[in-house]
Amino acid sequence: MIQYLQTLGAQTRASFTKLGRATLFLLAVLSGIHSVVPRPKLLLNQLYSVGVLSFLIITISGLFVGMVLGLQGYYTLSDFGAEESLGVMVATSLVRELGPVVSALLFAGRAGSALTAEIGLMKATEQLSGMEMMAIDPLKRIIAPRFLAGLLSLPLLSALFSAVGIIGGELVGSGLLGLDEGAYWSQMQAKLDFQGDIVNGIIKSIAFAFVTTWIALFEGYDAIPTSEGVSRATTRTVVNSAFSILGLDFILTALMFGDH
Amino acid sequence: MDNNPQPSNSLVSVRNLSFSRGDKKIFDDISLDFERGKITAIMGPSGTGKTTLLRLIGGQLSPDQGSIWVDGQNVHHLRRHELYTLRKRMGMLFQSGALLTDMTVFDNVAFPLREHTHLSESMIRTLVLMKLQAVGLRGARHLMPNELSGGMARRIALARAIALDPMMIMYDEPFTGQDPISMGALAHLIKSLNNTLGLTSIIVSHDVHETSLIADYIYMISESRIVGHGTPEAMRQSNSAWVEQFMTGAADGPVHFHYPAKDYIDDLLSSGKRY
Repeated sequence: MIQYLQTLGAQTRASFTKLGRATLFLLAVLSGIHSVVPRPKLLLNQLYSVGVLSFLIITISGLFVGMVLGLQGYYTLSDFGAEESLGVMVATSLVRELGPVVSALLFAGRAGSALTAEIGLMKATEQLSGMEMMAIDPLKRIIAPRFLAGLLSLPLLSALFSAVGIIGGELVGSGLLGLDEGAYWSQMQAKLDFQGDIVNGIIKSIAFAFVTTWIALFEGYDAIPTSEGVSRATTRTVVNSAFSILGLDFILTALMFGDH
Repeated sequence: MDNNPQPSNSLVSVRNLSFSRGDKKIFDDISLDFERGKITAIMGPSGTGKTTLLRLIGGQLSPDQGSIWVDGQNVHHLRRHELYTLRKRMGMLFQSGALLTDMTVFDNVAFPLREHTHLSESMIRTLVLMKLQAVGLRGARHLMPNELSGGMARRIALARAIALDPMMIMYDEPFTGQDPISMGALAHLIKSLNNTLGLTSIIVSHDVHETSLIADYIYMISESRIVGHGTPEAMRQSNSAWVEQFMTGAADGPVHFHYPAKDYIDDLLSSGKRY
């Protein structure tokens, strides 16, 4: 029993220490972020590998999620004779929830894990140490551009996800199920609120981008520099990102859409 | 506030340094001096924290007690930007080479120049080719690090380390895992760079033969203390049992062949437990 409590205590302490390290890491990265400004090329390179390379998975997933929403929504709505509202249903669920959440989860799996593995391997092969000894701060040269790239990419990818999903819903609704195309678009246009739906969705995806990129970079930077350490860190990135995204989504949803 | 205890002819001085990692004591009150313009070797069995000493000198780790002085400055009392300024004058060659794997050889050598100077690209090209020529790999400039052999990677890393014309270079196990030819090439390179560029070199190694050929002075570290120091000649003549064992490579001596364990017979006969 005592031993159990000891283990529990040690684990709790270890997680708080890690949280502390992560916070210090974040502060150091944020204070170094201005150094990216005079070197746009570093940022562009990272925007490519973090953002552009995630393009395909986001587009295809968005299309299928939208198509499934179209099908399921149509079956449910037609029970009430409200299939005209399919556009609103698809768009609202994508813009408010599925767009930011699913694309953040995919982003954590595609780009976050890659970031962790890259940074962890750079640490394991002494590239980060080597840079420090060359008087180059790896937080500024390596971490900061990647952080900024993640922060910029994910909101754009989320918007793309939602847009493609809406098209997917329309393809199924009017193409497959014979719904009136005009109704799909006009209902959506009338009911969807820019401030309440779209802006809140964007805010969500910025929050997810911040957390996911932070976790991915920190796990890589904090990884035990062995092959096992890096593989564990990569796994932790995906798992912790998923938890944080879903937990944060609940909080943000409660704050944003509570009064409706 | 700090009294500089450095003798005028030494570039790096370690004073009463103690350092532990967890419960393990790595250094216990050691003092060393590295003379300007000379090659000083730190030798000892693997796992005695020789690399840790280089990281302490470079300011990547902080000592528990004692101080380290480099060119009149107490490394661990410097502010961050002062430490970075000092590091521009210190080169370090990592065991793995630590080349940036996403860049060519040329860009790797150009990296510190591009980061720290505002030289034009044509000037950088000239400098990089000169440094590559010095290590004999000017022809390999277009290769990626994964296309290099271990010895070549270390030579490229050496070219990068001298790119900013530092006052000293620290070598972390430069001879480990090298074939005799590239070992000889590296030893020759370390010696000639030290003499032609007027560097101060610190070599951490357990390779007795190559190191004692090029070193001017040797410190031997074992079990967190200095067990012997002197010129290579003096070390070979040393009558300390420990130094003798290390220099001749005898399997048993003050450093035992067996990891500490309980009695062999008892261990074999005690059954039941897995370990």
